[in-house]
Amino acid sequence: MNFDLSDDQVALRDGIRALLEGKFPMKRVREGFNLDMWEVLASAGVFSLRADGFGWADSAIVYEELGRALIPGPLVWSFGCAVPTGGLLRMDSGPYFVEHLDEIDELHVLGQEGIRSIDAKQISGKANDWPLDPLTPVWRVEELPAGDPFGEADASAELWYGGGVITAAYLVGMADALTTLAVDYAGQRKQFDRPIGSFQAIKHICADMAVRVEVARAATQAAACILDDPGSGNRERSVSGAKLLANEAGIANGRAATQVFGGMGFTWEVDVHLYLKRAWVLDTHFGSIDHLADAVASTHVDLGSSASGNH
Amino acid sequence: MDLRYSAADELFRSELREWLAAELALLPPAPHRDDWLARRSYDTDWQRRLFGAGYAGLSWPKAYGGQEASPGRQLVFLEETTRARAPYVGVNFVGLLHAGPTIIAEGTDAQKSQHLARILRGEEVWCQGFSEPEAGSDLASLRTRAVRDGDHYVVTGQKMWCSFGQVGDYGELLVRTDPDAPKHKGITWLMLPMDLPGIEVRPLRTVSGSSEFAELFLDEVRVPVECRVGEENDGWRVTNVTLSFERGTAFVSELVDAMRLVEDLAPLVRDPGHRRELGHVTAELDGIWALTKRNVTQAERGVTGRGTFMIKLAYSETRQKLGELSMRVLDREALVIGGPGNFVEERLRTLALTIAAGTSQIQRNILGERLLGLPR
Ligand SMILES: Cc1cc2nc3c(=O)[nH]c(=O)nc-3n(C[C@H](O)[C@H](O)[C@H](O)COP(=O)(O)OP(=O)(O)OC[C@H]3O[C@@H](n4cnc5c(N)ncnc54)[C@H](O)[C@@H]3O)c2cc1C
Repeated sequence: MNFDLSDDQVALRDGIRALLEGKFPMKRVREGFNLDMWEVLASAGVFSLRADGFGWADSAIVYEELGRALIPGPLVWSFGCAVPTGGLLRMDSGPYFVEHLDEIDELHVLGQEGIRSIDAKQISGKANDWPLDPLTPVWRVEELPAGDPFGEADASAELWYGGGVITAAYLVGMADALTTLAVDYAGQRKQFDRPIGSFQAIKHICADMAVRVEVARAATQAAACILDDPGSGNRERSVSGAKLLANEAGIANGRAATQVFGGMGFTWEVDVHLYLKRAWVLDTHFGSIDHLADAVASTHVDLGSSASGNH
Repeated sequence: MDLRYSAADELFRSELREWLAAELALLPPAPHRDDWLARRSYDTDWQRRLFGAGYAGLSWPKAYGGQEASPGRQLVFLEETTRARAPYVGVNFVGLLHAGPTIIAEGTDAQKSQHLARILRGEEVWCQGFSEPEAGSDLASLRTRAVRDGDHYVVTGQKMWCSFGQVGDYGELLVRTDPDAPKHKGITWLMLPMDLPGIEVRPLRTVSGSSEFAELFLDEVRVPVECRVGEENDGWRVTNVTLSFERGTAFVSELVDAMRLVEDLAPLVRDPGHRRELGHVTAELDGIWALTKRNVTQAERGVTGRGTFMIKLAYSETRQKLGELSMRVLDREALVIGGPGNFVEERLRTLALTIAAGTSQIQRNILGERLLGLPR
């Protein structure tokens, strides 16, 4: 068994981390996603990792770094695409909330039967002037054009599981960044003449943050390994479980960091809210916590039937 | 990065599976939980069988009769034996996982040759006398006093929660040899022969109703000086060596066991809320399992990873959730102990997981201070 980063993967991680720190400090991140940003990432090879021969595990490592840096944009839906691409999960009924409509060329709609691709210029919607996450602008779209078939059911499944894994990785990176923010603040903010991190109530919050990150990261990289080597585990169970833990790590660490920062945590200026809001956004991508918990449960061979009433 | 075990480990697995299938069929029924003599002979008999088949002391060095197996192979062993519902390490726990490794690391040649082989063969059972009524989490505040008298220590005091105290041949005993030194500097680690005069063992009843541990009363017990492991007053360092063995693969059996419990519980789950929670707990256990694999890989590279310090906390907290869920799934069937599936006994037993071997609060202190560098 060899379940840790190889030297090449460590180099990949460090390389992308250095690139992001250099090009996209938080000041730039706060200006939001645009084509320039997409081009830097595309030319670094972020979206073409699979075509360039990297595996899902490598991709998860890269996306964890994107999450740590909180790079905005439709990064997961653009994965494997040549142009900025957004996405939606189903087509059944509107209204639809389409993210980044002004910056994407195409919108991919993922259903069980397959993927459809819609030319973004054909979509008319109303820009929301107050999105939950200021870095994830949202358009309300009443009706979507049918678009064109883009992939069959197996492509759809590949996108669902692959998208789930790299979204999970992104969330792990966010949760890790939040832990660092909270721990640094707890070590330096003083009240009652002591650093607040010396109070157990704060220390224990930080310890739990770190544990969530480590467990979710292991689960996510295990799921990525299973996508790379399908015989080594159950795809449905591992991807759903990993994304569940990552969603939770992102959201719970966002709340935890808000608490550690006290009143500063409630300000626009401190970055914590940007992470927490993104975590809420990403909980709606590729399966929410509740949906995923049900998906994991359904992988138990002998699950009691929920149709029958109570005894 | 991959999750596959090596071909050699898989071969080990299939041989072990075959052996287990044959050997488990020969075992007598497990004894009643309060029949300690029967439990001792059942558990030590299992240890003898493991020894005979070359599966004893997987983590121990070859020089002391162990197998010196890689951490990955130890993982396979624990996975397979737990899955096959082989007997748990039981009364051999302290000897194999605590005292033996401590003697290997710190003991004299005479101590090694006197104890190690006997522990491996299931001939010698150990118990742990660390905690005291006034010294639990704050172990270093222990008061059991040892006064040097020629070539003996004269020991007087009380130990608490001593697992396997009823059947131990030897106890790991922490005593205070220098009451004037700072509390971490006056402690000594002794091997206590449990048959010495002046030792009284009183079983303590647990929430399960059984007597899993005991109180130990020591009244001027004369312990030979050659029973000392490490130097006088250097016992706190030796203790940390002992406790560090709890971090390795110590919780793997527990984890595999919990995953098995989830599978046993699944067919009973009907309520959609319970079902969702079952998925949740499953995801957590799978995540902790993945982290275990990460730790094992790092251990094979000689690295003690961050995750090593997290498994106990994460696992024990998740196991509490699983215990609660199983009670709600059983509903009024949970009113009786001993029903099918052991769910109720397990719920009671696992209440201890967030307390024993460092409470969850102490684990969080350690993580916060040693791993995250937060001030004390
Ligand atoms: C099943 C079982 C088996 C055991 N087997 C053995 C054995 O074989 N040998 C042996 O020596 N001992 C054994 N123990 C004892 C065990 O190590 C202690 O119970 C444990 O260390 C906690 O100590 P305590 O019970 O005195 O609780 P206390 O230390 O009194 O703790 C009570 C509560 O206060 C909290 N607390 C204490 N200090 C702090 C702190 N600094 N910060 C935050 N919270 C704190 C704890 O988390 C806990 O919630 C066993 C215990 C159990 C339950």
